[in-house]
Amino acid sequence: MRFLFKTDYEDDIKLFPHSGYYVSYGILLALLLAAPYMLSSYLMSQLVFVCIYATVGVALLILTGFTGQASLGHAAFLAIGAYTAAYLQKYNVPFPVYFLAAGLLTGIIGAMVGFPALRLTGIYLVIATISFALIVEEILARWESVTNGNEGMRIKTLSLLGVPVPRDSPAFYFLCLAVLVLTIVGTLNLLRSPTGRAFVAIRDSETAARSMGVNVALYKVKSFAISAAITGFAGVLFAHKLSFISPEMFTLQLSIEFIIVILIGGTFSLHGAVLGAIFIVMIDPFLTYLKDDMPGIIAGVAATFGAGKERAASIQSSVAAFASLNGLKGAIYGIIIMLFVLFEPLGIYGRWLKIKLFFQLFPLYKRATFKRQKIYVKSERNR
Amino acid sequence: MSYFRAENLSLHFGGLKAVDAVSFAVEKGEILSIIGPNGAGKSSIFNLISRIYRPTSGKIFFEDQDITEQPPYDIAKLGIARTFQNIELFENASVLANLLVGRHRHSTTQLWQEFLFLPSVRANEKVHRRRVEQVIEFLDLEPYRDKLISGLPYGVRKVIELARALCSEPKLILLDEPSSGLNVEETDDMSFWIRDLKNELGITVLMVEHDMSLVNRVSDRVIALNYGRVLAMGSPSEVQQHPDVVAAYLGA
Repeated sequence: MRFLFKTDYEDDIKLFPHSGYYVSYGILLALLLAAPYMLSSYLMSQLVFVCIYATVGVALLILTGFTGQASLGHAAFLAIGAYTAAYLQKYNVPFPVYFLAAGLLTGIIGAMVGFPALRLTGIYLVIATISFALIVEEILARWESVTNGNEGMRIKTLSLLGVPVPRDSPAFYFLCLAVLVLTIVGTLNLLRSPTGRAFVAIRDSETAARSMGVNVALYKVKSFAISAAITGFAGVLFAHKLSFISPEMFTLQLSIEFIIVILIGGTFSLHGAVLGAIFIVMIDPFLTYLKDDMPGIIAGVAATFGAGKERAASIQSSVAAFASLNGLKGAIYGIIIMLFVLFEPLGIYGRWLKIKLFFQLFPLYKRATFKRQKIYVKSERNR
Repeated sequence: MSYFRAENLSLHFGGLKAVDAVSFAVEKGEILSIIGPNGAGKSSIFNLISRIYRPTSGKIFFEDQDITEQPPYDIAKLGIARTFQNIELFENASVLANLLVGRHRHSTTQLWQEFLFLPSVRANEKVHRRRVEQVIEFLDLEPYRDKLISGLPYGVRKVIELARALCSEPKLILLDEPSSGLNVEETDDMSFWIRDLKNELGITVLMVEHDMSLVNRVSDRVIALNYGRVLAMGSPSEVQQHPDVVAAYLGA
């Protein structure tokens, strides 16, 4: 186990507590940079989606994890980013310009959503953001002169400074990775400066934050704007990756997927956004596997345990029918959320920390280390 | 003109007069305690000063400036810090983060600068960190720096609340029952610290307190309230012997 001896105030400010982090993150970065030359094109495509989802996850963490304002409207922010890109691209606006414009516009709309949200907390805020998402979805479907309605919009190949960057090229992956890394570093910077601390203060006690001089309304709006802007940037990449966007891609289910990203990853650290993104992106291949291979495997197992040929065939067909049920994805999402909330509220990253601590302290690990204890009942009077 | 002044301050909840035309003044550098039975309106006065409640009528002046209509977050910027009766710390943050929030009123950096963590932000952070360390040393909080609030015992949290208020470098500090829930030893420490606030740091203290021994030890003057009205004002012993105060506590 490593003991940190802090000798300078810098030690509390710097991003990595000790030099070991440079090694581990350096290796990770090297692997990510080498990935296009090692992985299949399918996995690369998944990795691009992980980057995009993780970027949205970080954005949502700023708002939900650190400022404590729940949002089920992030699919709408993503849509606004994506459509801004698609619309401006029609007029031959260069990529850097519409990329920034999409972030800016989404940020402004995010701030506008933040204002009415000032008076709402908890479940009411969730309802308000859902309504916002539904309104955006409807506008996208009806405003045909701009969005082309339900027919959707096609997005041309990204061209960066005259060089075409096809959506399945390594260059596009590097672009997504760069956006993700910049987002993470920027967010970490924010969190170690006054704004980030004000966010956390608002999450934990608005009354106390206010009496410490934090303009709660202003910082909530800031949090909404930052979160929306980052989601807008991700939206541009999302549009390019899919090369075609239509309103039914940005439904409530997508917003729920983003919530799952942070809920499963862990809401208290940016690691959670990345781990959650990996999880959610890998669900689709898992479902495909379930659909294609599971029936055969289960039937095979049944056959080896003495089920007759007809019995095995009927098992195979019923498993296949189950795996291709329509609402299966939604049901799996629901079950996953419930299991995590009940058994691992700290998410995958929380579990990782526990495993790490177990080995650091071996054999002295105590189960209660992470147990949250309530010492007193907090007054709700001044809310 | 006095340093801090409340004039005919009233707070009515419907027909209930929680605070009823209370006037008092605090001189610079004194420790003024507000005492009174439960429900006398002591904490309400604090919540009026820190603008959690809006007064029904009356005015509040600080350094000859009318602060009655100031937004709540500006009160701290003026140099008035407070603690809460039922600890209001940021539970899921470390002690250090909590104290650094206390420095919020001194932060001057812009959002985009913080996003890039420019050298100016880094320099500011170091200044904040140094100030916080001074407060940590003042209140003997060294063992708890990196601990999460949610894992700390009540007595320590109480001290951290005081520390957070001190980190904002206030001119006037409002202590809402600083000794509630503390044991005898911790109360002793608290009384020394409150005297030190005045003597070493030159901070004016306005305090709500039930523990009469603490009140006697630290206060220069005492105000007794009951049913939102001022019963008596003066030195601790004068107020304690005042017939109305005795009647309010013992019933007569």
